[in-house]
Amino acid sequence: MITLLSTWTFGLALALVALGVFVSYRLFSFPDITTDGSFTLGAVFTAVLLTAGVDPLLATLGGMAAGGLAGCATALLHAYLGIERLLAGILVTTALASVNLVVLGRSNVPLANSNTLLDRAEAVVGPPLERAGLSAAVAGEAAQLIFMLAIVALAITALWIFFRTQLGTAMRAGGDTATMARALGRDTGGMTLAGLAIANALTAVSGGLVAQYQGFADVQMGIGMVVWGMASVFLGAALVGPVRLGGALVATAAGSVTFRLLVAAALRAGLDPDWLKAATAAVVLAALVAPRFLSRGSHARTH
Amino acid sequence: MLELTDAVVSFASPGGPVVRAVDGISLALPAGSFVVVIGTNGSGKSTLLGAIAGTVRLDGGALRLAGHDITRWREYERAKLVGRVFQDPRAGTASSLTVLENIAVAACRGRRASLRWATSRQLRDEAARRLAAIVPGLEARLDQPIGSLSGGQRQIVTLVMATWQRPELLLLDEHTAALDPAAADRVIQATARIIREQGLTALMVTHSLAQAAALGDRLLLIHRGRLALDVQGAAKRRLTADDLADRFDALRRADQLDDDAARTLAEAYV
Repeated sequence: MITLLSTWTFGLALALVALGVFVSYRLFSFPDITTDGSFTLGAVFTAVLLTAGVDPLLATLGGMAAGGLAGCATALLHAYLGIERLLAGILVTTALASVNLVVLGRSNVPLANSNTLLDRAEAVVGPPLERAGLSAAVAGEAAQLIFMLAIVALAITALWIFFRTQLGTAMRAGGDTATMARALGRDTGGMTLAGLAIANALTAVSGGLVAQYQGFADVQMGIGMVVWGMASVFLGAALVGPVRLGGALVATAAGSVTFRLLVAAALRAGLDPDWLKAATAAVVLAALVAPRFLSRGSHARTH
Repeated sequence: MLELTDAVVSFASPGGPVVRAVDGISLALPAGSFVVVIGTNGSGKSTLLGAIAGTVRLDGGALRLAGHDITRWREYERAKLVGRVFQDPRAGTASSLTVLENIAVAACRGRRASLRWATSRQLRDEAARRLAAIVPGLEARLDQPIGSLSGGQRQIVTLVMATWQRPELLLLDEHTAALDPAAADRVIQATARIIREQGLTALMVTHSLAQAAALGDRLLLIHRGRLALDVQGAAKRRLTADDLADRFDALRRADQLDDDAARTLAEAYV
């Protein structure tokens, strides 16, 4: 029971990465490698602020801001210095590896003695659940799950509202067809900047929450996150088919949880955890090439 | 009023000579004029349009539009004054957005996009009214992805978008070239109507001799980056497609048009 709840909680925490990748990759067609670096960056900043005694909410927001800046850096390299998308992300992520190590001071910092957002959620939501008849352990885990669910719901609602405003709609248009957006007076460089800032801020929040949930921050924890996010986006899209923005956002979060459940099932069935990243990459590869085979190559992508 | 003075755009081909795609063109279009531009591939007509839209940088000369010196304005800044329709229907609209969302982006042309709801009731009603006036039935598709429309319908929506806020200049870059003849005809009729009703200043590049003869109040032939022919006023009103073929011939005899270009024009413009 606890393991299942924990899988859900973890899947929801990572859903924020998936939502970030949805913004960068789906809305802006930007395969953003920065995701790997900003996930760790969010965890590292949050952890350092927490161990310094900063309020957990502020610490998490600090990590979020750092992630947003990392996204800005990648967008600046691409939109204003003309560096190719993938390379811009690689450069920033490589630089972030140093930043993360320097900020954290060592490769791994435990948060066992810090008061985290999840501790706080447990303290608030846990007791009513216990009174409702759950054991202390289950109530604590369920409280954390409810907290993550609320955060993800908040993120989805905020994204849905923002991307339906004039500014957000113009950003989606620019991510879809840059010629159209420029011809209608929109600075597509500035939009890429804002888009990647949003995407990486979400990813960094995820990093901060995962660090608080698992009780430590590690400089390696972001490796493979962009692929994880893509896998969730693809899986979510496969679950619901073609839908509007709101549906796609919910599907992306659902994709993250589903993927986490599949991973847990695979591990239980005997998958060597060392092969987890390779398996994730294989899922993304399959999702990328499957449409080509399904349509028998008759509808080659034009852009 | 559009004023182009000694406009020069040159391209350096790697290892080759510098080619002047636009070679010192000066042009003044009074407000309200509808100018049709023709020329063979590589004549410089698209580069000229790009230089006005801001996608191509001027290497020399100046550009004024509606009292502003826009020579150094970037493409998205010029969009405050300029509406554009592209050859490829996909270039002028965002496929994954609905028809109404595309129009919402166009409704913000020339001003800051705010944090207000993009698709308001008011915008929906206005969009339905404007689309229905041009293509009855199109207003029922406001909530469908614009990618689900046919190429011709999409170009008409693009045209409505480009002129949603009245532009000081409308640039049409072979905007019917990718369509079948029937759709091209409908788009041309919508174009002529919108230009007439709004009294727009428009510059239209076309590959159709029939369109070149029938539309607009002035015709420019661009060849090797220069104006080879400029027909306006009563002469333009009388112009037929056959006349144009004769004109090409006369130009060739006067050595202002080389044989290849004259042949291409005569063959292409039918």
